[in-house]
Amino acid sequence: MSVTNAPRSAPARSAGRPPSFGGNVSAWSNRHRKWLFAAPAMIFVGILIVFPLVWTLYLSLTDSQGSVRAATEFIGFQNYLTVLTDTERFWPAVGRTLTFTGVALVCEVVLGMGIALLLWRPFRGEKWVRVAILLPLVATPVAVGMMWRLIFDPNIGFANQLLGMIGIPPQPWLSGQDTALGTTIFMDVWQWTPMVVLILLAGLTSLSDEPDEAARVDGANAFQRFFYITLPLMMPTVIVAILLRGIDALKTFDILYATKGKGGGSFNEVETLNVYAYGLSFDYNQYGLSSAVLILFFMIIIGSMWLLTMRKKAVSK
Amino acid sequence: MTVLTPSQTSAGKPQVLRRRRKPLGTRAYKAFRVVALIAVVLFLIAPLFWMFLASLKTNVDIYDTGKALFFTPTGENYANVLQRNNYFVFIFNSFWVAFVSTVLSIVLGVPAAYAMSRFTMHRSALVVLMARVIPGVSLLVPWYYVFSNLRMVGRFEVLILSHMFVALPLIVYIMMSYFDSLPLELEESAQVDGLTPIGAFRRITLPLSVAGIATAGILSFIFSWNNFMFALVLSGSSTKTLPVAIFDFVSYASIDWGGLMAAATVVTIPIMIIALFTQKYIVSGLTAGATKG
Repeated sequence: MSVTNAPRSAPARSAGRPPSFGGNVSAWSNRHRKWLFAAPAMIFVGILIVFPLVWTLYLSLTDSQGSVRAATEFIGFQNYLTVLTDTERFWPAVGRTLTFTGVALVCEVVLGMGIALLLWRPFRGEKWVRVAILLPLVATPVAVGMMWRLIFDPNIGFANQLLGMIGIPPQPWLSGQDTALGTTIFMDVWQWTPMVVLILLAGLTSLSDEPDEAARVDGANAFQRFFYITLPLMMPTVIVAILLRGIDALKTFDILYATKGKGGGSFNEVETLNVYAYGLSFDYNQYGLSSAVLILFFMIIIGSMWLLTMRKKAVSK
Repeated sequence: MTVLTPSQTSAGKPQVLRRRRKPLGTRAYKAFRVVALIAVVLFLIAPLFWMFLASLKTNVDIYDTGKALFFTPTGENYANVLQRNNYFVFIFNSFWVAFVSTVLSIVLGVPAAYAMSRFTMHRSALVVLMARVIPGVSLLVPWYYVFSNLRMVGRFEVLILSHMFVALPLIVYIMMSYFDSLPLELEESAQVDGLTPIGAFRRITLPLSVAGIATAGILSFIFSWNNFMFALVLSGSSTKTLPVAIFDFVSYASIDWGGLMAAATVVTIPIMIIALFTQKYIVSGLTAGATKG
């Protein structure tokens, strides 16, 4: 196929090509292939993302609520004022979002680094461990949430049976006002530590042997080699892992909504910003207010990403 | 021993681990390592196993803690879920939405990723990658606004469009790092031999990128299959996808645990089977670009 076609397209590139229509189109598209290739995706993204963002910004300045077809009025920064002075729902939600993300990230990176180091050197049965690492990662988050609901059920759950075996009294887990957020963090750690492991493992495998070897020759022990050689070399990859995981952790929704439902439970125990904004929009139809929350949420995400990228640049140097 | 550069371990190519022939340390460390690895595997697998076990129990057995591991398995929960609750429809819906949104995103995303990689269009790439950062809810509100005014909420087209929002940036991201790792020389020599630039892309680059496209496609399918929030708002009773169907399972007063676990298993099994067979692609896709520094 390609053998017969290749010579045929050759004349189109030679100087004396016939000024045919097809040749012109082909020449034009070849000259403009950069934008020809990129434009469809860019336009799609533009319509589906940039326009909604601008609309959210507009909605956040109106009193839109109730029906999406209802008339709205421009009210300036009133929504932002309401949200920013709301110490009952908004600020606790900010706190929970940051707690959830922070604690989950620390656990995932520490555990992930540990597991990645365990997997670094080849061993027998490696294949099976890798399968085990992949399964939580691809499991449907809502199904995972339901799975943990059964395991953490105070009466029939396996978690309390396990605690009972070692003599610890049963815990309320998801249904406890103080334990719910911690339990959801545990679920997040279970599902996403494997992701961190995969990223860090890719980083470890691409490290060069020499610095480690030199330190070994100089008599450094395993801990010294890790903290003074491997970890500093891995810092850029660690930050990439934090960046990728952090963005998703800030936006966690599925397992929170699947395990605690509307408003993050009856005391809003696990109501993060994403759950709060979703509830305002689709459970209470407060579009104006929720848009203001979303814009602030978006700023928090961009801000933390920017900080991390700066940090990464500093480390890479 | 071949020394691999980071780019060679990126998207699409099966990851080759550098095997080091070196003493693995003391015997104590070896023992510790075995124990730790077993603990890790148990921690990751046990909950899934528990879910599967519960899906084979009657609700009476689930409430009987003495029958945690030893019980008479029943297929009743699966029969209930699949027949009474129309799960075949939901399975089809999930598959259809994931499949179409993945194919369309590949058609749009692969050429775009190629252009962005070859012409280093960093700013354009940033716009597409923004989609990975934006919280989904902030898009849902305007989409819901527009589509409910057009009276289109609940139709497949809308659902597929929303899933493409997740799939397209993912595909662009993975394919960009894949094209970055493909040598330019191949295309250049093809052009010297008389192919137009687009011809070189079609006949040389694309066939070489099958592995990368497979990586991106598999991941995009999985993400779409697992997606919950968009379908929760934008799907109707006839277009409901599996995650929403599972969520609806618990809106009743008392939970039918056996049925719920059967439903949860039905959603996760297909995706896990795909993952088992395409393990290497998934790993390379998830870690694409992570080690570029």
